[in-house]
Amino acid sequence: MAAIPLPGAEHENYLNKEYGIRSWLLTTDHKRIALLYLLSITFFFFIGGFFALLIRLELLTPAGDLVQADTYNKLFTMHGQVMVFFFLIPAVPAVLGNFLIPIMIGAKDLAFPRINLLSWYIFIIGGCFMLYTILTGGADTGWTFYTPLSTSFLDTHVVAAAVAIFIAGFSSILTGLNFIVTVHRMRAPGMTWSRLPLFVWANYATSIIQVLGTPVLAITLALVALERLFHFGIFDPQKGGDPLLFQHLFWFYSHPAVYIMILPGMGVVSEIVACFSRKRVFGYKFMALAVIAIAVFGFLVWAHHMFVAGISLYAALVFSLLSYLVAVPSAIKVFNWTATMYKGSISYTTPMLYAFGFIGLFTMGGLTGLFLAALGLDVHVTDTYFVIAHFHYIMVGGMVMAYIGGLHFWWPKISGRMYPESWGRLAALTIFIGFNLTFFPQFILGYLGMPRRYWQYSPEYQVLNVLSTAGSTILAVGYVLPMVYFLWSMRYGKVADENPWGAAGLEWMTASPPPTFNFDETPEVTWEAYNYGEAKEVPVER
Amino acid sequence: MFANLPLWPDRASNMAGNVDALFIFLLILCGLMCVAIFIMILVFAAKYRRRKGVEAEQIEGSTALELTWSGVPLLIFMGIFAWGAIIYFQERTPPQDSAEIYTVAKQWMWKFQHMEGQREINELHVPVGRDVKMIMTSQDVIHSFYVPAFRIKQDVLPGRYTVAWFRATKAGTYHLFCAEYCGTSHSGMIGSVVVMEPALYEQWLSGGPAAPLPQAGKQLFMSLGCSTCHRLDTQGRGPNLANLYNHPVLLEDGRTIIADDNYIGESILNPAAKLVSGFKPIMPTFQGIISEEQLNALVAYIKSLSQPTEGEAGSRNTPAASPSGQPQTMQVQ
Amino acid sequence: MSDSATVADHNPALQHHFADMEQQQQAATMGMWVFLITEIMFFGGMFLAYMVYRYMYYAAFVAGSQAMDFWYGTINTIVLICSSLTMALAVRASQVGQRKALVALLIVTMLFGCAFMGIKAIEYTGHWRDHQFPGASFHFEGPDPQHIEIFFSLYWAMTGFHALHMLIGIVVVGFITFYAWRGRYGPDYHNPVENVGLYWHFVDIVWIYLYPLLYLISHKHTG
Ligand SMILES: [Cu+2]
Ligand SMILES: [Cu+2]
Repeated sequence: MAAIPLPGAEHENYLNKEYGIRSWLLTTDHKRIALLYLLSITFFFFIGGFFALLIRLELLTPAGDLVQADTYNKLFTMHGQVMVFFFLIPAVPAVLGNFLIPIMIGAKDLAFPRINLLSWYIFIIGGCFMLYTILTGGADTGWTFYTPLSTSFLDTHVVAAAVAIFIAGFSSILTGLNFIVTVHRMRAPGMTWSRLPLFVWANYATSIIQVLGTPVLAITLALVALERLFHFGIFDPQKGGDPLLFQHLFWFYSHPAVYIMILPGMGVVSEIVACFSRKRVFGYKFMALAVIAIAVFGFLVWAHHMFVAGISLYAALVFSLLSYLVAVPSAIKVFNWTATMYKGSISYTTPMLYAFGFIGLFTMGGLTGLFLAALGLDVHVTDTYFVIAHFHYIMVGGMVMAYIGGLHFWWPKISGRMYPESWGRLAALTIFIGFNLTFFPQFILGYLGMPRRYWQYSPEYQVLNVLSTAGSTILAVGYVLPMVYFLWSMRYGKVADENPWGAAGLEWMTASPPPTFNFDETPEVTWEAYNYGEAKEVPVER
Repeated sequence: MFANLPLWPDRASNMAGNVDALFIFLLILCGLMCVAIFIMILVFAAKYRRRKGVEAEQIEGSTALELTWSGVPLLIFMGIFAWGAIIYFQERTPPQDSAEIYTVAKQWMWKFQHMEGQREINELHVPVGRDVKMIMTSQDVIHSFYVPAFRIKQDVLPGRYTVAWFRATKAGTYHLFCAEYCGTSHSGMIGSVVVMEPALYEQWLSGGPAAPLPQAGKQLFMSLGCSTCHRLDTQGRGPNLANLYNHPVLLEDGRTIIADDNYIGESILNPAAKLVSGFKPIMPTFQGIISEEQLNALVAYIKSLSQPTEGEAGSRNTPAASPSGQPQTMQVQ
Repeated sequence: MSDSATVADHNPALQHHFADMEQQQQAATMGMWVFLITEIMFFGGMFLAYMVYRYMYYAAFVAGSQAMDFWYGTINTIVLICSSLTMALAVRASQVGQRKALVALLIVTMLFGCAFMGIKAIEYTGHWRDHQFPGASFHFEGPDPQHIEIFFSLYWAMTGFHALHMLIGIVVVGFITFYAWRGRYGPDYHNPVENVGLYWHFVDIVWIYLYPLLYLISHKHTG
């Protein structure tokens, strides 16, 4: 339990140990790699966000007047592909997970530091292909690449986009592989499975999905590329191939991919809620079990995306039933977070505000999932804005809230500086309001019947679309704010001490920022996770 | 502008009420769940806000509680599942005596072929109160037949038939959307469903063109030379097609399948794929030779060979332009 | 796992972030197994497609399979089984520290791998010449050429990805051979050899499935 009690002093840490571009590009330090990821995905986040704004602007009026139909199709395709594969999937695992998992389990690094760096380079190569795709005119397959449209009917850069995602997929696989081995083999003495923070559990479950699911997407996209390049006929009905097989393979990955995006977010929220309620997470064991259950059952529900695609009646029944089963562990999570607050000592710091936002929006996203899993109702709302609203509540309302909340929570650890608290709260509120204004009207649009991916639409849908577009501008401001004050705080922020929140967890027992090998001495863990009962002092609310 | 803010879609089919009922039930249930959770969070956040000298009370958890809040939702979920499944089952099982309308989707239009011979583009006329079964295929990519006011949606795939059905309950004109992204003009692949009172519908029908669909199919059957092998009186070089539809067929590889729309269509385009036991693979493929619409006519004809009422269905037979104004002729590709 | 103990028996191959060699070796082995699981899923997608289409177009698959050259497939299977044997012996040699045997066995393994690739290349050329590559130039005399094209699509995709894995395997074994020659591996440290061995066996096993599925489909349907 040795930490360096040197708040403010220039102790040697992972940031100041070496300088220069080489020391960053050739680093094997998981913390530096996490920052490399942070930079890269922030870049892609703003690209994807820019596309989103253009989409919303186009939809301000019913007529297609801002951009051409083909351009619009490219916008939503690139928005989806960039956001899903180059932001959401790497966001929490590759940034926060990379930075924190070794520290949280008391290890000096991930099990394979060089593979960790390799995974970032692979991500960058994939990202370059994505940028190439965008800069040379983009692809317009939709992020789902449905065949035979993607294979035989478009002459855009479909292969480049597929290659980009194929490559980025291997980065995701390697991250997952690294986490699995690290959690199994690198835990400090005394850090038993039942003492792991839920953030580690969540990332562990995520890793399982990454390792099992991503290769299936990879081979599917590879076959799509082969169809385009060499006219293989595996998914082409013209040649007797089956486009539904493509959909099965695609969703076999892409449904679990939703959990790749949301599970780590759940982990973040568990840490934040426990810390700012100053309580052990309610029902720790069930929380850990729930994430594993979600990861496992998540693989059995993919065809709920295909209820109107032409699958058999009985297949649809089975997949609907299984989809309801996977909803149970998600419900458990929400109830337990709420119960954690009971009789706590709650402070409304910025990360906690994000956690509140997450719980609320995730609840709404999850509950609307019940609508979509109900077979007879799904027939009406699938492929409409109802679905768009639903998954944005999960991914943007849930996952992005958790990610930004996590960045605030661990920012003192990452940068050694405090962000300005009042600005933080303002941004959280802006994002929450902007988000709801953007996406709530889309639920109504969807039930009214407005299909997704429509460049122009019937005039009666306009009012709700205007509201949505208005919301998106507020949301955009909300997302720019944290970036500005995070950058500001790196220079002018108050210097953070080892544990500014009075939080439990090994990451708070080493210096801020941590030294290169995280701990001067391998810690020996003798306490349970979230031992807030024994925590020393409650920091004064600022 | 704000008069232009509908909050509920038109309700114009037998299915709409059922779907809405489930939707409203879920709205109330989930609304209550949401409100309950939000109130709890707000109350806890206010009541247990951080105060000097007040420590949090450490609670490990409660297995009983955990089991309750997994078990109770599970039961509720099973209820929702069953309700949704019942509606879906209805949506997927068209009544036996439905009127059939063949549909061809292509980039970016909808083409409809009524049994009586009428053909329409992007406009579909149907009567109030009749069960209508849409038998749909696509000429290129996947599309989706979506009529929000009917609460039905079904993807339309190339190379096979999919089916949707409805019974319109209210006269009016409703949106028809393509709901599966299909390329450049996806959002332009829209049309309208015109639901008419039966009398008006009859009137509309009587303005129809040439031959009923099965009869058009019969002409094709002759002109393509199918009838030289597939004879109706005796067993020719190809199987006798009388009473084929909806009956079991023994295949060369030992499987037995029911001859449905999909089987008949596939056997025309790809004769060798499911060879009938005892026959040689000598039939040429018609893929690329006949259009989807001609295929529909052939299928409709072959199906009519199994119906005792053959010839009755298509008694309305006046040559005229189609009511949607587009002159339509079958084209051999 | 105190620090002083690990410093005492410090092995030059021990990376700084591991407490001891045992931890390092366990991590490496586990990492390899997890990697192989992803590989199974990768090939699994194609095997699934194969199963679906074989069920749908069984007759075409029989016809396509009969166009395969039985002997090329069989000889390649034998070659790969032999290479697995030499690879297993190589791993054993590294464990007991026989440097020369290790290097020799790895080279033989690589040669078997190259032989496989050579035979495969001859076979591919034949298929190419006979218009058995999917696409516009595809041509097949038979009742159902369209679905035979699907068989060949799968054939090229599956054996192609397998060959790619073989190629990567040969290159990696090449590196390992170089380090083995430099004497890096011995009884204390040999998990790179073990891991490349695991990979090699995996790629062989994939072929063991591909061989009957592509070359040996029977005439008679037994289902
Ligand atoms: Cu899903
Ligand atoms: Cu369409």
